[in-house]
Amino acid sequence: MKAKLFDYIDRDNFIFNLSGLTKLVCFLFMTFAVMFSYDIRYILFVMVLSAVFFKISGIEFKQIKLMSIYVAIFLLINFLLTYLFSPQYGTEIYGTTHELFRFNSRYTVTVEQLLYQITKTTKYASVVPMGMIFLLTTNPSEFAASLNRVGCNYKGAYALSLTLRYFPDMIRDYQDIALAQQSRGLDLSKQEKLSVRIKNIMNICVPLIFSTLDRIELISNAMDLRGFGKHKKRTWYVAKPLRKSDWCSMVFCMLVFLGSLCMTTFVNGSRFWNPF
Amino acid sequence: MEKKLFEFKTKTLVATGLGAALFTLLFMYVKVPTGIPETDIQTAYGIGAFFAALFGPIAGGLIAFIGHALSDSIQYGSVWWSWVIASGISCFIMGLVYPKMKVDEGEFGKKDIITFNIYQIIANAFAWIVVAPVLDIVIYAEPVSLVFTQGIVAAISNAVSAGVIGSILLVLYSKTRSKKGSLTKES
Repeated sequence: MKAKLFDYIDRDNFIFNLSGLTKLVCFLFMTFAVMFSYDIRYILFVMVLSAVFFKISGIEFKQIKLMSIYVAIFLLINFLLTYLFSPQYGTEIYGTTHELFRFNSRYTVTVEQLLYQITKTTKYASVVPMGMIFLLTTNPSEFAASLNRVGCNYKGAYALSLTLRYFPDMIRDYQDIALAQQSRGLDLSKQEKLSVRIKNIMNICVPLIFSTLDRIELISNAMDLRGFGKHKKRTWYVAKPLRKSDWCSMVFCMLVFLGSLCMTTFVNGSRFWNPF
Repeated sequence: MEKKLFEFKTKTLVATGLGAALFTLLFMYVKVPTGIPETDIQTAYGIGAFFAALFGPIAGGLIAFIGHALSDSIQYGSVWWSWVIASGISCFIMGLVYPKMKVDEGEFGKKDIITFNIYQIIANAFAWIVVAPVLDIVIYAEPVSLVFTQGIVAAISNAVSAGVIGSILLVLYSKTRSKKGSLTKES
């Protein structure tokens, strides 16, 4: 278990210096741009863009190695499952059949199906770098401040900032409890039977949950005593003012999003690009 | 004290924050494999249900939404919005049971267990068999038969998790609370 997943290391470059708000807005625009479109040309364009941003951000590969493996496995399984369940979905969408070869009468491989599935895979893969940039270059406390700025209720934003604040603590607690229980002979490995393992997992979770409940009581009392929630607004210590580069980035990402909508409505006439 | 369904006190807020952190942690690390590949029983939904019953629909919904979105983005770098929204909705609906519960006064008997489970089964069925697949089709244009199969598997495994883990936790928690009126004045 790696508690280092959230390692925010401050650096001085263009992307790090953008405010958290900008990064959130850009991330959402880019995600929605590819979420809606099924045009592989546009998706590849976004993919190149996010790769460029990734390069600029200066994140090292070893920081995201584990994440990349997860993504690859996930995409592979999704690819296989889609084919297994609907081998003819591409034909359904594009309305034509160009058969390459066949395994049997149900499982044929058509160009349409390949295009659909490859588009889908690139669609997911293309925004992954954006997500990683957002996650690794945003200061967690500043993120809550920026959420509040986009109109999210400050209590909601504060809840999220508490989540980010206590997540590493909880990982540490979990490890402590797990190690303590294991040293008392609790087996969590595959050698144990499933039912016993479930019980053992519960033995770790229950102390964790109950200590969390205590902590909730403690923190909420402390906040109440300091008058939290008395006023309609609050200010944030870490909030960064928006600069010119922030506005430019936001406008740029909005254009990417609008471009995707234009492609859909004017060029393709539907969400799918049909070359057949 | 009268419980309002949609109140958002400081305690609800803190519970949301810490609950979401707990949800994320369990979602990422504590899964019970069922034997079928890629369909682990998520213990996190047990926690989601537990917090929803204790702190209400807003806390429940936000916990599942934030927790799922956060763990998705930590693990995969991008968020699968349709399922994240479904997660939020499932725990929101479970939270509707909140005004009926008196767990923090030490009461959680057979009748409460049944009420809680009826709510959580309806919530899971609605979220995973209706909301998640429909959003998958609308947002991501996934093939219909695949998403409904996934949805049904998810509904069953999450209902098991919420039912078993959620109920056990609620029973345990109710035992740690002193019952209302359990003290009598000696004459």
